[in-house]
Amino acid sequence: MNEKTQNIILKTKNLDIGYISKKKETRIAKDININLNKGELIALVGGNGIGKSTLLRTLTKVQPALNGDIFINEKQLNNYNNLELAKVMSLVLTEPISSKNLSVFELVALGRQPYTNWIGNLASTDLKAVKKAIQLTNIEDLQHKKCFELSDGQLQKVMITRALAQDTPMIILDEPTTHLDMYHKAYLLKLLKQLTIDTGKTILFSSHEIDLAIQLCDSMIVMTKDQVVSDQPCNLISNGIFESLFPKDLIVFDDKTGSFRVKK
Amino acid sequence: MNQNQSYKWTFLALSLGLIALFILNISLGSVQISFSTIIDSFLVKSSDFSNQEYIIQNYRLPKAITAILVGSGLGISGLLMQTLFKNPLAGPFVLGITSGASLGVALVILGSSVFGGFLATFLISKWSLVIAASLGSFLVLLLVLIVSSKVRDTMAILIIGLMFGSITAAIVSVLSYFSSAEQLQQYIFWGFGSLGDLDWQELIIFIIIYSFGLFFSILSIKGLNSLLLGDNYAKSLGLDLKKSRFIIIIATSLLAGTITAFAGPIAFIGLAIPHLTRQLFKTSNHKILLPAVFLIGAIIMLICDSIAQLPNSDYSLPINAITSLIGAPVVIWLLVQQRKMIF
Repeated sequence: MNEKTQNIILKTKNLDIGYISKKKETRIAKDININLNKGELIALVGGNGIGKSTLLRTLTKVQPALNGDIFINEKQLNNYNNLELAKVMSLVLTEPISSKNLSVFELVALGRQPYTNWIGNLASTDLKAVKKAIQLTNIEDLQHKKCFELSDGQLQKVMITRALAQDTPMIILDEPTTHLDMYHKAYLLKLLKQLTIDTGKTILFSSHEIDLAIQLCDSMIVMTKDQVVSDQPCNLISNGIFESLFPKDLIVFDDKTGSFRVKK
Repeated sequence: MNQNQSYKWTFLALSLGLIALFILNISLGSVQISFSTIIDSFLVKSSDFSNQEYIIQNYRLPKAITAILVGSGLGISGLLMQTLFKNPLAGPFVLGITSGASLGVALVILGSSVFGGFLATFLISKWSLVIAASLGSFLVLLLVLIVSSKVRDTMAILIIGLMFGSITAAIVSVLSYFSSAEQLQQYIFWGFGSLGDLDWQELIIFIIIYSFGLFFSILSIKGLNSLLLGDNYAKSLGLDLKKSRFIIIIATSLLAGTITAFAGPIAFIGLAIPHLTRQLFKTSNHKILLPAVFLIGAIIMLICDSIAQLPNSDYSLPINAITSLIGAPVVIWLLVQQRKMIF
């Protein structure tokens, strides 16, 4: 039991998520109880508008929880200040970066900001961390390019490299595979899997690539209208969770191949 | 690392250029003064004050220093605005900050007749202009920031800035309708911009306020760099968003506000200098951009002032016209060359 809690990096307890605007509460999902284990690749899947982004935004303290608790390393999320949180989790968001005039190296080096001095000078340990991150994602040949010269897939890899340079035990990505072609989707998720093995980091990402996630992830969080379930992909399949993911009139889940098919 | 090495030489060249232009600027004017006299007036403490030395020490030297402060200060505030608003078109003039300062000054100069009598003599002093301009620019900047936190679209913020400029212009025309010709002339002359109106006492106050603005700008370098990624990324890097925004705004309104107060509304420098600098230094790192903008802003302003002198003539043109004549084509050239403004 004790060993099990030690292996958990993020834990939610009866978490309710949603928005508060002018005294009106919009509850999107409630009673979320999930555990994220150290060193695992975890996918968050669910239909459009089901609250994946809201859940990620709540877990990363971008917006407050309506109810319940979030613990990171057994410490309440609300007790972390920005700087402490920056040393625990790094993000890859869907929003584009403001300045595309940054060079790839400069962008990755910005990941070191939580550790640098008041003016942002890179110490030798920072340079080492940046170089290591660039090696891990294999983008040596891109490092002197400007961000506006990169393709979507390259930019996504660079953003992941920046998150790696931040050197946090947890990386959270919001839909990292959108805008990518099928090859690059598979490539990116494979890269994330490899990174959990190489670095021991916990990587949580939201995605619509359910079949790829089933093949690659250590565990998955499935959000449906009624519940939020988190388990290993094979258990989720045998419990028939994926069937309840979408309305049944158009597509059905095929247990044997672990993918969805269009009804004929 | 290689890049930093090459920047060192660029910085050295720019610094030398700044010194050369500084001396050139002092040697130009309606009275011919020989180079040796200029050097003498700096180095030799002569007891008999010649006319030429008097001109240099009490007129040309303060003017050249003012040019450096104005050019560098407007450039830096433009740089801070462009990063804070994530918009290549941002600058003290476009965002209505200069308009805010103008409104403050208009209220003081033109509105003094409304307040009348005893108050008028107090209000019309130089210091009240400085305070009014700084307050005006600070309030507009605050307003723009409040609006920008509600409106996500940066284009909307620029339009709001422009609208604020129109409102200011309207209020100024209402005020000018009710004010005397003398007051109107005073306001219009202020609007031409002038680098040469400051005596040493005023210049020292200017330098002190400017230094505070510069100090806050340097403090925000790290925050500015993380803002290049966007607000949410900056927060995820541990930045205290509210605090750094506040410091950046204080820095900008100190710089743009006092400059507008002491030298009048000077157009296009704040917008054009950061873009010129990015052409020369291929980086987005504010640790390099900030000193580079300082040097290039000062150099461009000295050049503008030297042109405004109209060498070998008794006339000097309004500095505001010169900066627009130089600044606007630079912005057009940048747009045409890159097809897209990147910051």
